[in-house]
Amino acid sequence: MDNVEKLRKAFAEALQISEDVITDDLKYNSIKEWDSVAHMALVAELEDVFDIMLDTDDIIEMSSVMKAREILTKYNVEFS
Amino acid sequence: MQETMFEISVYGLPQPEKEKLLLKRLNHLTEHHVENSGAYAKIIRARGVSAEAASLDEVPFLPVRLFKTHLLSSIPEEERFKLLTSSGTTGQQVSQIVLNRKTAEYQSRAVIKIMQDYLGKQRIPMLIIDHPKVVKDRSSFSARGAGILGMMNFGRKPVYALKDETMEIDWSAIDTFVDKHQDEPIFLFGFTFMVWKYFVTVLEQQSHKINLPHGILVHSGGWKKLQDEAVGNEIFKERVEAVSGIRRIHNFYGMVEQVGSIFVECEHGRLHAPSFADVNIRNPYDWSSAGIGQKGIIEVLSALPESYPGHALLTEDEGKITGIDSCPCGRMGKTFEVIGRLPKAELRGCSDTFQDKGR
Repeated sequence: MDNVEKLRKAFAEALQISEDVITDDLKYNSIKEWDSVAHMALVAELEDVFDIMLDTDDIIEMSSVMKAREILTKYNVEFS
Repeated sequence: MQETMFEISVYGLPQPEKEKLLLKRLNHLTEHHVENSGAYAKIIRARGVSAEAASLDEVPFLPVRLFKTHLLSSIPEEERFKLLTSSGTTGQQVSQIVLNRKTAEYQSRAVIKIMQDYLGKQRIPMLIIDHPKVVKDRSSFSARGAGILGMMNFGRKPVYALKDETMEIDWSAIDTFVDKHQDEPIFLFGFTFMVWKYFVTVLEQQSHKINLPHGILVHSGGWKKLQDEAVGNEIFKERVEAVSGIRRIHNFYGMVEQVGSIFVECEHGRLHAPSFADVNIRNPYDWSSAGIGQKGIIEVLSALPESYPGHALLTEDEGKITGIDSCPCGRMGKTFEVIGRLPKAELRGCSDTFQDKGR
């Protein structure tokens, strides 16, 4: 499974939504499933799936799927 | 100002410089709320004050109690994103605070910026002195739920110390957590009364000691209930340390009407105003500003509230300024002490909810 797919799966799992909804433009708090509670679950899921440790700045900056990709890239997760 | 307010150092600005920035922002907020909240505009007009204050103590303030009797909003209904409510014990009216996405985001960013100064940027193992159900209803949070959630950003794999609404302590969760993390920095958070009643005194009674020498305990919610038991901050700290080995303990002063801009107690026991907020002590007889060391009513100012006119609020607490740019911890700005509730104020505090409501 490549990282793009892993990311989609992680979002779907953490936010309990269908993978079809997950596009780069999907934004934090734009759907009721991605609220501050789910955000915590998302952070934990991303850390598990990609085996990284996010800091508190990453958490506030992760305001869209696109942003999540950028942040993960910082931790050497590549999205080709 | 909006974006830069999160870039300037939270405790780095000397008071005169900070006041200039904050005044600009608060004047902007007054104007914004006059334009967007009919009720607020009426109050300002009736008072005959100018929206453009020349100093922080001229910024028109509202009594915090107004949010209990009126839903004051500066956003159209469709922008309404969350409704925060105060704990509201039985027979008391609760405050209702309307949030849009932007203000909610400012609040979480502010808490993070402030707490990073005490906890660092890294997220660390976290023990929440509460039970998981308190954050369950996601559309309308109690002050307790919102507080816990804001702090959870700092926690890696947070664990709850209490089982459920019965407030029964979860020994197996705590023991596993302590075994795993006692040699590293850990973060504990809870409401003052909950920490005291369902954690500290339970550990004492059951003589079940834990050892968390690297633990940092952050707590808030007010001392009212503990004052009835003659427990103040000093005794609280001593007894927390005695049962848990935790020496780094930070209380903070904050309220649901101004979530985000919290005033945290430093290593020297003083409450500090962060860059997004300030305090002013007012003389109850003529509302003039009190000098350093003079007792009066605490007014809180916050740069965050855009969705409701709560940027300048007169609380129902008594306090005094303990210094300006002078704390030995090195943080700049005003420091203050909360003396207690005003005698006539309705008894209230975030962590009071449980007993009366049986939640």
